[in-house]
Amino acid sequence: MNSTPLLVTRGLQTGYRSGGKKILVSGELPDLTIRAGRLICLLGPNGSGKSTLLRTLAGLQPALGGEVVIGGKSGLSSAERARQISLVLTDRVGGSNLNVSSLVALGRYPWSGWLGGLDDADRDIIRRGIAAADIGELLERKVHTLSDGESQKVMLARALVQDTPMLLLDEPTAHLDLPSRIRLMRLLHQLAREMNKGILLSTHELDLALQVADEVWLLQNAGPLHKGAPEDLVLGGVFEAAFEKEDVDFDRATGVFRIHREGSRRIRLIVTATGALAAFWTRRALQREGFAVVDEEGGNTIVIGEQGGRPIWVLDAGDGGRQYNSVADLIEALNHLRLP
Amino acid sequence: MRFAPRWRWTGLFLLLIGALLLDLSAGAVRIPLREVFHILFTSSAGDETWQFIVEKIRVPKACVAVLAGCGLSIGGLQMQTLFRNPLAEPGVLGITAGASLGVAAVMLAGGSMATLYAIKELGGGGSWLVTGAACIGAAGVMFFVLMLSRRVRDNVTMLIIGLMISSITIAITSIWQYFSNPEEVKEYLLWTFGSLGGVSGGQLLILAITIVAGLAVAFLSSKMLDALLLGENYARSMGLTVERARLIIICSTSLLVGSITAFCGPIGFLGIAVPHLARGAFNTANHRILIPACCLIGSTLLLLCDSIAQWPGSQTVLPINIVTSLVGAPIVIFLLLRTRKLKPF
Repeated sequence: MNSTPLLVTRGLQTGYRSGGKKILVSGELPDLTIRAGRLICLLGPNGSGKSTLLRTLAGLQPALGGEVVIGGKSGLSSAERARQISLVLTDRVGGSNLNVSSLVALGRYPWSGWLGGLDDADRDIIRRGIAAADIGELLERKVHTLSDGESQKVMLARALVQDTPMLLLDEPTAHLDLPSRIRLMRLLHQLAREMNKGILLSTHELDLALQVADEVWLLQNAGPLHKGAPEDLVLGGVFEAAFEKEDVDFDRATGVFRIHREGSRRIRLIVTATGALAAFWTRRALQREGFAVVDEEGGNTIVIGEQGGRPIWVLDAGDGGRQYNSVADLIEALNHLRLP
Repeated sequence: MRFAPRWRWTGLFLLLIGALLLDLSAGAVRIPLREVFHILFTSSAGDETWQFIVEKIRVPKACVAVLAGCGLSIGGLQMQTLFRNPLAEPGVLGITAGASLGVAAVMLAGGSMATLYAIKELGGGGSWLVTGAACIGAAGVMFFVLMLSRRVRDNVTMLIIGLMISSITIAITSIWQYFSNPEEVKEYLLWTFGSLGGVSGGQLLILAITIVAGLAVAFLSSKMLDALLLGENYARSMGLTVERARLIIICSTSLLVGSITAFCGPIGFLGIAVPHLARGAFNTANHRILIPACCLIGSTLLLLCDSIAQWPGSQTVLPINIVTSLVGAPIVIFLLLRTRKLKPF
């Protein structure tokens, strides 16, 4: 799976200059590589330097040290870089009477003539970009009338029309509802696979990133950047360690963050062979109510069984056991009992 | 109202011709259109006075109106796009204020009688002295702005710096006025009312060359202007060198606005309004369309304003700077309320 590297960094330092002083934003950066056909997710808390790294790789701001080598060359002019990297930023494009089709056509900027004229080949690429991002019905709309999700797709289409080997996206899923987020991630994954693009995106959507990324770059507030396959990072405990510093618990078993801290009330959960799904969701409800689900005998016990194809819950609080037909009833009973 | 773009161009062009003829015909001496045609195409007319008025006064004045209409509108369009601000106008860079300072320096210079005499002899607005001073003032401010623009990375900062330079320049001019005697201040005030007349011969040639040069630069930079619509970051990511683009755009605007202010005095409103009218008329943001559209609409409007200034039959002529605002501002308000297409940024 070692396709050609499109972009390589050597000893890169990112940050900004203020009053002649260099202020480093990210900690140590290892040498980073973006390869064709691979989707990389850049994760990290606010202020960890995700945008700064992305902007530095894209050439929007100068590196404080080291170099970014694109296509085997470093120190590219902005015109050369524009033929290698296209961007989707968080900047909102307001309008000035701009409609979607003109905006998307502007993606041909690095390739068009000195007055911006387009030929048939350009128009063909524009058509394909519009089809890939599925914005056919938005073309006549004014940019300022688009919703956040539509706007994001339009900016993606513009980036595709720029027709570069690499695509960098800064928090493309921000402001999107859940289905749009999932569709966008799926689309990006397809683009990497089918159009052989190297894609780097920063995001806060850890669960989506874990599912879709070929590689994860994990930035922390002051700390080295970890990179690797998402599964390797989870198994190696890197995620847990990284988020522990942020005072957030990452559950390796489920791949999600725990909102509820382990409670003091203890309860045992016994699951029959068919009740695994019900057990998962019961456990979530119990955690929300402040129970620690333990595996020890002697205390209160919930047995999950099945009756007529539906799960049932039997709560044994030392009084022989009572049966409940929904999680809500079970929780209400538990709270009513005022268990220690 | 949906017309194919070709018909919109034709319509605007016919409007321009109409405004041109109206402007040639209207004035203290009303000359019938048929006579105007005669004079223009056969250069002979029954009345020699009419021929003199048309050839020596009205044709040059109409030419100036067309040039100034184009220049101010394009200057405004460029500033609105560069600063991504619908309220930007050519004055935001302080160039108009710079020209005013130059003129004030000449007119109010310590009450020197020689200067005043020179102005009166050569005739207020059109004198080489005033024009030269305005040019130097505009060029000085422009040079200063360009110097600063190379050190500034983003356009919003540039906008604020331009406004501040404008304020400083206006303040200096005001101090000068404060310490001058009333007669000199009146002369200066008359200049600030603007005038399309009095530019002819060599001056008209210089004005025309400068405006054509400025317009050419503007048209050649239309691709850059399009990219800037997406904001500086996207523009940069598409390969635009934002600093260089800004330099070129400021140069073009300065040439256009500086020369017009120098020859005609300040003319308000056109620079801010015409770009909005052009966007509404063609429903586009593409500068290859907006630039010629601004030229057509701008020159038509200024010709109409000039015709109104010479209220038919009346002997007095209203200052052009006042007419442009009085006539133009309500038009823009009306259009903004009637169509929502003008939503700018």
